[in-house]
Amino acid sequence: MTTAPVDSGLAGAPRRGVLGRIVDRAGGGLLQVSLIVIALFWLIPTLGLLVVSIRGETYNNSSGWWTAFTRPAELTLENYQNLLATGFTSSFWNTVLITVPATVLVIGIAAMAAYAFAWIEFPGRDLLFLVVIALLIVPIQIALIPIARLYGTLNIAGSILGVVLFHVAFGLPFAVFLLRNFFVGIPRELLEAARMDGAGEWKIFATVVFPLAAPAVASLGIFQFLWVWNDLLVALVFADTENQPMTKALQSQMRQFGTNVDVLAPGAFLSLIIPLVLFFAFQRYFVQGMMAGSVK
Amino acid sequence: MASIVLSNVDKIYAGGVKAVNGLNLEIKDGEFMVLVGPSGCGKSTALRMIAGLEDISGGEIAIGEKVVNHLPPKDRDIAMVFQNYALYPHMTVAENLAFGLKLRKMPKPEIQKRVNQAAKMLGLEQYLKRKPAALSGGQRQRVAMGRAIVREPQAFLMDEPLSNLDAKLRVSMRASLNQMHERLGVTTVYVTHDQVEAMTLGDRVCVLRDGILQQVDTPQNLFDNPVNLFVAGFMGSPSMNFVTAELVQVDGGAAAAFAGFRLPVPASTFTEKPGLDQYLGRKVILGIRPSDFEDAAAANGHTGAGWARLPVRAEVTEELGSEINVLFLIDAPPVEHKDTVAAKDADEDGEPIPLAGDKSLWTARVNARSHVRPGQQTELVVDTHNLHFFDQGSGLAIGHPANVGR
Repeated sequence: MTTAPVDSGLAGAPRRGVLGRIVDRAGGGLLQVSLIVIALFWLIPTLGLLVVSIRGETYNNSSGWWTAFTRPAELTLENYQNLLATGFTSSFWNTVLITVPATVLVIGIAAMAAYAFAWIEFPGRDLLFLVVIALLIVPIQIALIPIARLYGTLNIAGSILGVVLFHVAFGLPFAVFLLRNFFVGIPRELLEAARMDGAGEWKIFATVVFPLAAPAVASLGIFQFLWVWNDLLVALVFADTENQPMTKALQSQMRQFGTNVDVLAPGAFLSLIIPLVLFFAFQRYFVQGMMAGSVK
Repeated sequence: MASIVLSNVDKIYAGGVKAVNGLNLEIKDGEFMVLVGPSGCGKSTALRMIAGLEDISGGEIAIGEKVVNHLPPKDRDIAMVFQNYALYPHMTVAENLAFGLKLRKMPKPEIQKRVNQAAKMLGLEQYLKRKPAALSGGQRQRVAMGRAIVREPQAFLMDEPLSNLDAKLRVSMRASLNQMHERLGVTTVYVTHDQVEAMTLGDRVCVLRDGILQQVDTPQNLFDNPVNLFVAGFMGSPSMNFVTAELVQVDGGAAAAFAGFRLPVPASTFTEKPGLDQYLGRKVILGIRPSDFEDAAAANGHTGAGWARLPVRAEVTEELGSEINVLFLIDAPPVEHKDTVAAKDADEDGEPIPLAGDKSLWTARVNARSHVRPGQQTELVVDTHNLHFFDQGSGLAIGHPANVGR
């Protein structure tokens, strides 16, 4: 062994130029500041929405929402009462009834399909996967009319089932693509070890692959949930008034003249808060490295 | 426990690559069999076929007299330890150990008992609640072993289980592996590319090359009686020295002549190696193990009959403490047989190709009492009873029982 010439006082410290260190320190602060600015930009409208939703209609029409901070007497829960009077509760439940199955079904079906695409050899596998990828680029608009006619013959037009099926069909290609690529990254030896331990395909999927895919499943779940929760187009086309989700119900509250903001604001805020809660509940899965320590 | 018998096993991959070619191997009940060879020799493929992770293209594999060709891995009652351990990262150590037993629907108390037993044996008791990510490499390795042990299978299959450990840990794990096999007595098939591991662990060692079995024997027999140039060059470290020599008849016996030297060949060698006499007057490849050299000055007892003197100039000396490797040049071109080249490539800690010109670089392993220094003229003695002779064309060891009539 030769000894390397010692040229730095601090052993192990990466050597940097003075300029580099200045940029580093200043950049760190700059980064913090810009992150805070971006966060505020995102938060202020949301906060505004919240304030508007709990402020009396006449006040909303006469002055900006920020003035409410100095006049707390303007705040009231009346808007929420008005909203409930419009039958908003049923549309809230419709949204839940549409979103939850559409998310669960997409994750369940896509995970199984992705497992097969990633780990089971069958003839035509790669070609089939290519077809799934190709479906990613099909815009939903071109399918609206044919599927509406199909639903007519199947007698599910206007029902929640129809909306759910549509969302599932158009959610699957991306879900399969995402999960398959995640599954492929799981070390082959893990599956082989499970096989040696006596697991069949189903056990391997359920006890090894799917739990390991928790970060990918969580991300996918959030995305799919948000898409369906916030969807208006599909609901407009396929949902009857009695089956309409919140988005469509809110849209129907829009008036040609005047804003009707005292109903729209609490509705919009309600539809926004649920996905937020969900996101914070699952966020640790995005950060966590689930694969650590499996191999090597 | 069971024996494992491979008969004419082939593995042909899509694209026509023959990874294993007509492999015949009988692993006895309770035996520790090591499959060794350079990378790509088919040793891992053979192991994976025994495990059931690879299909068999031809032939038959039997575990405990039951043909298992088409049985899935879970029905073969064997356990495998992987090179990268393959622990389930989302389960604790205890869950990792219990996973295989749970799948077999074993009652809970029995699972608990076995897990605790294995943990105790492997010193993992205080880690049972941890996840693999919180373990060191050696601990993970032991969990991987434990996962195989709790199953109490008919056989263990191990695919280079020690190669991810650092050198010191590897040696101690090697010892505990040996102990474990002594204690459990389970049939074990162990794959490695490290010939030291193969020699120290195996009851018998099977040398593979390009999917073809070269030789199966005890480590000592492989070392003493390699069947061909490849095995001779692959087993042993430093590897065997080769030179093209002429077997000549001299008064009072025979001698191997090369590079200005004449090593007398004892008469007993001709009786031990039938057929060697037919090579008299012809060229052969002569092989000498580094350990069959000694420094003439330091080896008082070794100057009698059967020890020939070899004056050389030491180019490099590697002092290992207990002995010294003396590298010296022989005035003869290096032997470039396909087998020696293949064995050299495989030797991972092989010496760098020196600027030796058209000369061969040989290694002698002499006693540490020797005072040989680089650049010095020194006199070595060679144990002529341990000379190895190989046919120039086929590379087969002349007079080896397996090669007679081949």
